[in-house]
Amino acid sequence: MTMPYYASAEQVMRDRSEYARKGISRGRSVAVVTYADGVLFIAENPSSTLHKVSELYDRIGFAAVGRYSEFESLRVAGIRLADVRGYSYNRRDVTGRVIANAYAQTLASVFSEQMKPFEVELCVAEVGDSTENDQLYRLTFDGSIVDEPDFVVMGGQAEAVSGHLREHFHSGLGLSDALEVGVRALSAVSPVTAGSGNGGPAQLTAAQLEVAVLDRRRPKRAFRRITGSALRTLLGDEATPDATADAPATAAHPHAPSVPEPGTPPGLGDPANPDTAGGSGDTDTAATSDD
Amino acid sequence: MNESSTGRSGFPPAYLDRVGSSFTDFLGVTAPDLLPGRRPIPQIPVGDMAPHGTTIVSVTYDGGVIMGGDRRATMGNLISSRDIEKVYPADSYSVIGIAGAAGIAIEMVRLYQVELEHYEKIEGLTLSLDGKANRLAAMIRGNLGAALQGLAVVPLFAGFDLDAAPGTTPGRIFSYDVTGGNYEERGYAAVGSGSLFAKNSLKKTWRTGLPADAATRTLVEALYDAADDDSATGGPDPVRRLYPIVYRVEAEGAVRLTEAEVAAVADAIIADRAEADRTNSQRGA
Repeated sequence: MTMPYYASAEQVMRDRSEYARKGISRGRSVAVVTYADGVLFIAENPSSTLHKVSELYDRIGFAAVGRYSEFESLRVAGIRLADVRGYSYNRRDVTGRVIANAYAQTLASVFSEQMKPFEVELCVAEVGDSTENDQLYRLTFDGSIVDEPDFVVMGGQAEAVSGHLREHFHSGLGLSDALEVGVRALSAVSPVTAGSGNGGPAQLTAAQLEVAVLDRRRPKRAFRRITGSALRTLLGDEATPDATADAPATAAHPHAPSVPEPGTPPGLGDPANPDTAGGSGDTDTAATSDD
Repeated sequence: MNESSTGRSGFPPAYLDRVGSSFTDFLGVTAPDLLPGRRPIPQIPVGDMAPHGTTIVSVTYDGGVIMGGDRRATMGNLISSRDIEKVYPADSYSVIGIAGAAGIAIEMVRLYQVELEHYEKIEGLTLSLDGKANRLAAMIRGNLGAALQGLAVVPLFAGFDLDAAPGTTPGRIFSYDVTGGNYEERGYAAVGSGSLFAKNSLKKTWRTGLPADAATRTLVEALYDAADDDSATGGPDPVRRLYPIVYRVEAEGAVRLTEAEVAAVADAIIADRAEADRTNSQRGA
């Protein structure tokens, strides 16, 4: 039995923070931006199946950067907590604050009690019935929780992206404007667009982005991914040669989550709430009405 | 609800285990008391002490499937409810109707809805229609003990099959028995006390490839015939404006027919039958 070396608590914590920060800064960035009708998630993510953005509950979404296996298990835990609460109380009793608190406690205890901290940064977003009631919680690897107004940026170049957003963002933007501001901010620091001066692409394209919204106008489940042709239309890069080639593939996926395609009449395809199904005088889905 | 789930150390270990995508299995580990199948079974028959829902009918049509249910619940010889709803959307592409002990059945429907949504959120994809039908069978199987004491729950499940081969009908119907047996039905099916009369009616009126409005009429007519002969099935009630609940599942998802739509179909059936009866009695006179 050897005696462990002495290391001061301060030193241990500093080492862990540095370790976690290093891991997170290697990843690509994610921006979560509020807009007129809800919250917009934009992630630089070339994979179309390993998501960084997810639905947690009816009005609550999740975004993460860092180590996939770690934030994936946190994402699943969040969905479980939300569903257990919603099932044992009522769907309205599930709030973003409860889930964000559970994340904060978990991250804090892992950070202080285990050798290796989680190399993740999370955002829990909740959409309310008006812009003032939207909530964005940002959670860092040590369990700190911050309630941010307007937007949250996480990942590799978070500072640079935030700086860019601070200049161009203002509240109450429409969906396509908010997307443009967000994508431009992410593009400014992305390694993919680093060669733009020498004829490389100046902006991230639909294939490199994962985009989703929490749309407050949707009756029950507010979360909706924007993919394929809908995303290209919003980004305004329809001219890309593969635009028509892979559009049917995304649209015809047999087990896409049960969220209706943009353009579906309101009420159709929503996991219907008996009070609103088919009868709501809701406006059209966001992708078609906002541009 | 386990309060330790938001306690000092955040999520309990079970929440962070990446074991499965099933909400029911997860509850079985973390909060088994919330599951309908895990409670003590009553020692004596209690069937007459709890409201029972009755007739559910489902028919396929050329674009999918339709399901409808009457609005009556009975408790022994009493009508315990005139406006109960017994058909629910299970997710965007499937619907579930329930006959049997209403309390347990509605709890089961809630659990089933969360089960499907939970899988969808965790996996990012929906279950196949056969997968959904099998999950429901497992839930019914857990209720066998209570069923033997008069608290049986027998659902009818129908959905739009997104994997249907071209040329086959995308609307599919599954029926169940109290032991969790799961049977796919051809064309139409009915469960509950009035199902015998409803099926007899459909046998005469339903054909393959009917358009949606004609299929809706055969369904409402079957419920009318069931109410005619079965005391536990309620007919259309124009006085209180209570009409069957009808859901249609098509390529765009499940929609509930508005009360006005169902009322128009039911009123047309009543008018036609009254007319036929008048013609008959004139001929007899």
